[in-house]
Amino acid sequence: MTESFLNARTAVVSRPPAPAKRWTRTRIIGHVLVAFWAALIIGLLLDLYAAWDIVLIQTYGPKYWQGLVTTLTLVFSSIIFGAILSVPVAYGRMTKNRIGSAIAYAYVYFFRGTPLIAQVFLMYYGVSEFRGFLETIGLWWFFREAWYCGFLAFALNTAAYQAEILRGAIQSVSVGQWEGAASLGISKFVTFRKVILPQALIVALRPYGNEVILMIKGSAIVALITVYDLMGYTKLAYSRTFDFQAYLWAAIIYLLLVEILRHIWDWMERRITRHLIR
Amino acid sequence: MGSIALLGFGEGGWGLSIASGILVTVTLALATLPVGLLIGFFVALGKQAEEPSIRLAANMYTTIFRGLPELLTLFLVYFGAQIGIQKLGVLLGFAGTIEINSFLAGMFAMGAVFSSYASEVFLSAFRAIPRGQYEGGYAIGLSYGQTMWKVVLPQLIRVALPGLSNLWMILLKDTALVSAIGLADILRQTGVAARVTKHAFLFYGTACLIYLVLAILSSFVINAIERRTTASGVRR
Repeated sequence: MTESFLNARTAVVSRPPAPAKRWTRTRIIGHVLVAFWAALIIGLLLDLYAAWDIVLIQTYGPKYWQGLVTTLTLVFSSIIFGAILSVPVAYGRMTKNRIGSAIAYAYVYFFRGTPLIAQVFLMYYGVSEFRGFLETIGLWWFFREAWYCGFLAFALNTAAYQAEILRGAIQSVSVGQWEGAASLGISKFVTFRKVILPQALIVALRPYGNEVILMIKGSAIVALITVYDLMGYTKLAYSRTFDFQAYLWAAIIYLLLVEILRHIWDWMERRITRHLIR
Repeated sequence: MGSIALLGFGEGGWGLSIASGILVTVTLALATLPVGLLIGFFVALGKQAEEPSIRLAANMYTTIFRGLPELLTLFLVYFGAQIGIQKLGVLLGFAGTIEINSFLAGMFAMGAVFSSYASEVFLSAFRAIPRGQYEGGYAIGLSYGQTMWKVVLPQLIRVALPGLSNLWMILLKDTALVSAIGLADILRQTGVAARVTKHAFLFYGTACLIYLVLAILSSFVINAIERRTTASGVRR
């Protein structure tokens, strides 16, 4: 008996069969929801396919491309300009000087507390009220162009947000890092550049990515002040053709843009935090 | 005419129309809030479900509505619903033109955007609640719904409140976009006044200040709610 027990083929009794997947209520709901999304997306794609009009694509395809280029130029130039501007603002938010910190606080509060669209309108329509004055000081060429007004409003807006990101990131680095560098006799500026900033930027990377995405989404607003960005050409195409696919194409392009950026940012985060993974 | 008189409620003053704009903005934001919170809560539940298909559906919802510009979402809902209902009307044998209420369109669009962000806030709040809370609830014989409602939700709100109040501020600002589809909110009313009187800076500046005041007022309310919810919690 012992013999047969020992000889029992282990492979046969290796593991119990996997429990059968039952159609529970949650599983049905989940499949219905996914089917709903799939039907919606396939329906939209079929709609786009059925409405495929080569003349329309040839007419508006290049315009959409042009609009996309305008959107990207606007967003990235205003983000870079805003980043430069955010440094003194962040400094003002952290300084002990009462006047400086009050000005920086008011600046940040105003630009974060009011809608971007109102700021853009204020910059484009509002400033043109002072046309005579602007002409005398020779700045009218700047404020006459909707693109420049949008750029300036975006840059000022994103500077306020970026200043807060920068401040939060710098303050997240512990005081011990400053003290440690000071005890080695490193000057404040070098400490900031070589010790504090590299650590702060890791913290700031994700909020910066969110800010870029928010700016891309927010940049659609300039279409309302007659700038022909992606949204502007979309509105133009819709008002001329009354074809809803104008908006669907824009939605696809914006979604792709945001998803690509999100993945680039995920990759960057993995790349610069490699040394932190144990 | 002085700027005070232009903003006043007297003859030739735009105070009354701007006040009605404030009412529209506040009503829209307040009407969107419960819809967005409810959808956001269920999407967050979906994102942490064990069933992968529910997770997939919930994640698609957030990806789409967080990826689209708010203005485009608004136009998609406004024009898309118009076309959809028009087609439905033709199917049912109704040939007239159908106008979509821009308030409702704004509410749905803002609600979709708000809920996709709110689901992320709820999700991280869910993760802050230890498993033991659920297990304790089940151990004393509460059902899933009762555990959720009486044990988890009160703690969830406390954790999620800072994130949600941020989203409320964003919602309040985003409602300004509905002026693009013709709803008479603050920005629309001040814009009309600016075009008529040619005092664009004054009126758009006023609009900005009104939004600031609304933000300050809501931060007072949020602080009061925060004090109440922390007071009801156990001091650790």
